[in-house]
Amino acid sequence: MAEVAAHASSVFEQAAPQEVKLPLSEPPAVRVALIVAALGFLVVFLIMPLLVVLTEALRQGVQAYATAIVEPEAVAAIQLTLLTAAIVVPLNVMFGIAAAWAITKFDFPGKSFLITLIDLPFSVSPVIGGMVFVLLFGLQGLFGPWLFAHGIKIIFAVPGIIIATLFVTLPFVARELIPLMQKQGTDAEEAALMLGASGWQTFRRVTLPNIKWGLLYGVLLCNGRAIGEFGAVAVVSGHIAGLTNTMPLHVEVLYNDYDFVAAFAVASLLTLMALATLAFKTFLEWRSSALLARPRVH
Amino acid sequence: MRIELNGLTKRFGDTLVLDHVDLEIREGEFLGLLGPSGSGKTTLLRILAGLEVADFGSLSIGDRNANELPFELRQMGFVFQNYALFEHMSVFENVAFGLRVRPRRRRPKQVEINERVQKLLDLVQLEGFETRFPAQLSGGQRQRVALARALATEPKILLLDEPFGALDAKVRVELRRSLREIHDTAGLTTVFVTHDQDEALDLADRVAIMSRGQIEQIGTPSDIFEEPKTPFVIDFLGRTNAFNCEVSDGKVKLGDKLIIIDPPLPDGQAVAFVRPANIVLAKANGTVTSEDPVLPHSATVRFISEIGPWATVELLYQGQFIEVEMMREKLHELELAVGDQCVMSVRFPRVFSRGQVERQVADVRKMKGLRGRFRQRRNRS
Amino acid sequence: MAISLAAGRFRQHSIIPGFGLTFGITLTYLGLIVLIPLAVLFAEAAGAGGAKVWAELSTARTLSAFRVSFGSALLAALINAVAGLLVAWVLVRYDFPGRRFIDALIDLPFALPTAVAGISLTALYSGNGWIGSILEPAGIKVAFTPLGILVALIFVGLPFVVRTVEPVLRESGKNLEEAAALLGAPRWRILYHVVFPPLLPALMTGFTLAFARAIGEYGSVIFIAGNMPGVSEILPLLIVVKLEQFDYAGATVLASLMLIASFILLFAINLLQAWTRRRQGG
Repeated sequence: MAEVAAHASSVFEQAAPQEVKLPLSEPPAVRVALIVAALGFLVVFLIMPLLVVLTEALRQGVQAYATAIVEPEAVAAIQLTLLTAAIVVPLNVMFGIAAAWAITKFDFPGKSFLITLIDLPFSVSPVIGGMVFVLLFGLQGLFGPWLFAHGIKIIFAVPGIIIATLFVTLPFVARELIPLMQKQGTDAEEAALMLGASGWQTFRRVTLPNIKWGLLYGVLLCNGRAIGEFGAVAVVSGHIAGLTNTMPLHVEVLYNDYDFVAAFAVASLLTLMALATLAFKTFLEWRSSALLARPRVH
Repeated sequence: MRIELNGLTKRFGDTLVLDHVDLEIREGEFLGLLGPSGSGKTTLLRILAGLEVADFGSLSIGDRNANELPFELRQMGFVFQNYALFEHMSVFENVAFGLRVRPRRRRPKQVEINERVQKLLDLVQLEGFETRFPAQLSGGQRQRVALARALATEPKILLLDEPFGALDAKVRVELRRSLREIHDTAGLTTVFVTHDQDEALDLADRVAIMSRGQIEQIGTPSDIFEEPKTPFVIDFLGRTNAFNCEVSDGKVKLGDKLIIIDPPLPDGQAVAFVRPANIVLAKANGTVTSEDPVLPHSATVRFISEIGPWATVELLYQGQFIEVEMMREKLHELELAVGDQCVMSVRFPRVFSRGQVERQVADVRKMKGLRGRFRQRRNRS
Repeated sequence: MAISLAAGRFRQHSIIPGFGLTFGITLTYLGLIVLIPLAVLFAEAAGAGGAKVWAELSTARTLSAFRVSFGSALLAALINAVAGLLVAWVLVRYDFPGRRFIDALIDLPFALPTAVAGISLTALYSGNGWIGSILEPAGIKVAFTPLGILVALIFVGLPFVVRTVEPVLRESGKNLEEAAALLGAPRWRILYHVVFPPLLPALMTGFTLAFARAIGEYGSVIFIAGNMPGVSEILPLLIVVKLEQFDYAGATVLASLMLIASFILLFAINLLQAWTRRRQGG
């Protein structure tokens, strides 16, 4: 068609034939301008904040950085963060698998309501995520007096942090598994059952291998959020240094004390974890683009 | 094992998918469930397998009520439409699956499992494929793995859901043969679902034709082909032409003759179905005498096609396209050419009242593209 | 002759086992962690009484917090819609060195803990930060002002629009553009009539997601905002303040209103996504 157009123009215009191209892309000048604009935006809003963390952390040299990291309160914060993730992630994996199995392998009324309920912690402000548990377990809360009488501390103690984190990270595994398992259907499981496998055997040998990439992806997202959660945990924690500070909270404490280098040092650790999460995420997406059902919408 | 279904009824939401179906499946037979999509054949198969449960009705397998039979005792093998192979397992592991998941007491030793899998792979002509994965196999090979897997647990009953659906014509024919051989050698009772009538008529001992949740007719392939009992069956199987006629006094006036039908049809409008091979043509330049009903008015030849020993002639008659089949020599004898006028006489018409036809055939019309297809090419014998 | 009745049961019969167990776990877990806490929240808010609710809502501080939160969120989401579209376009349609790396980095605001984002943005935009040191002499103060809130919300909302638009752009049929071009349309018309309309549903979905996220954002905002009541105090912060003052009634009222807003937005998102799926036959 391009050649026809070129020929036509040369016949009619009697001028030196110009190569007429179909306008299937923007002119080069426009393209460059758009790329520059987009990259400019990204540099300002994405790259710079990333770099600032590192530069501020190293502002007083590597020695100061190292000291900040091994400081006992920082270490306690790291431990608490890891402990929280270690408890929260497996629980939410169990929930995610159970919910996805119930929703995708069976037919019952109220499914979309259930799915909305699962999505709820994801779309709610983290502050509210912490607040509801203060209302339940805080001193002035519903169970406050009872807990106090029995010497059980939830709010302003580790259990509160764990349960608040549980709330905000609840949807992640389920949200990955549900569309994936919906797409996979029930044929393979039915085949396995017809061949005589028990429910557990079917799950272990047939379902689990099929969902493993989606599951890993969900675990990754759940873990990332569990480590980095701030708002919900800030509300329930009480900021007791050495006891109820997770890493993000510790960053806040250090920052409010004007100990910027230490704050950024701990922040840099969190940033490295985030970057590792991103790297893993990209790897998983590359490895199994066909096996992750949804476009990445968070 | 004998299987008996009585009054099986199933609804999905508002749709009645199976309507009081009665069926007896004899031991050792190869039964085909044939019908268009939505006829309920797959649902019937799945109820047999236990993958679905009917709303009403009973199912007994080997004289035992199926409700009391847990899966393992049904001795059934099922081949899914899309094979449902375990993609992350090798061919060997797929086939061995049914044996490996057995509780310890019943599980064969590894050596025995190996042997059995080998024999099965040989049987389906996949020797040497043990370590391949489903993604590396062609459609026909995947199908054979699915078959071998279903046979591994030595079922007495084999159920197949559109087993050859997505395969090339040549592969289908080969697989058909293999399946029948396996059925015969292993002494299975096989039930398979298909919408491809060639397949059903070719393979099965008996065919049950289904439409809208009911079995229209069940019989040997030649029975249902030669003696269709309902308009649906006639229209669904093979090609057919339809002519209007009238019933008065219990006799059918078709063309210039009166036909007596037993049992008699109600008076009124009727439709006579005639297969293409049962229409005899004569040039419309003289009088035509025939023992068979001769249709009034002449038809115009629109298209002639000769392939092998057969010739197909397409005629335009009263605004309708009629298809006639005859031996090639006969065509040359008649010296027919496109544009010629012909007179038709019909043999072995199957007549049904118009009401019955309209009730049944409306949905089948969509499948048959024969009538109304206007061929542009000119052709001379 | 046995009659088996599958009709009228809660769930349709299926040979797959485990419904009781999995459904039970799901309901219990959701009940304990989501339903009961939220129910308590609403109950307390309802128990506060109409007068308290009204009093709460009509203070200047509250109204300002709503204005700041919703206003900044809206503006940030709009900016993200435009910029996100641009970024998605550039990442999908063009190729340049480092494109894949940048594409992977888009999810950073989602993976990065909000507190880290908060302090690093503050460092960036405060008087002696890389960007702040350029803007402040020019009279634009970002840190500790409502403008800072905007910047933080743009940061956290960035991935949403990009990630919802990208897949749609990728699947966009080149055939459509070719057809339009052959019919004689100039490039800008092709973009306007053929390329952008299918992107609209995805764009709106991304916008709504960014908006919903920005309303509730806490960690990345409180460092860079001035947090001055009536000027740069966001709603989540106001709730925290009330909690610290043990004004549970006030806090629950505000939280309930935020929840209702979130729920409405969530509903809108689901509708939009369903509409998108229907439109694109996907």
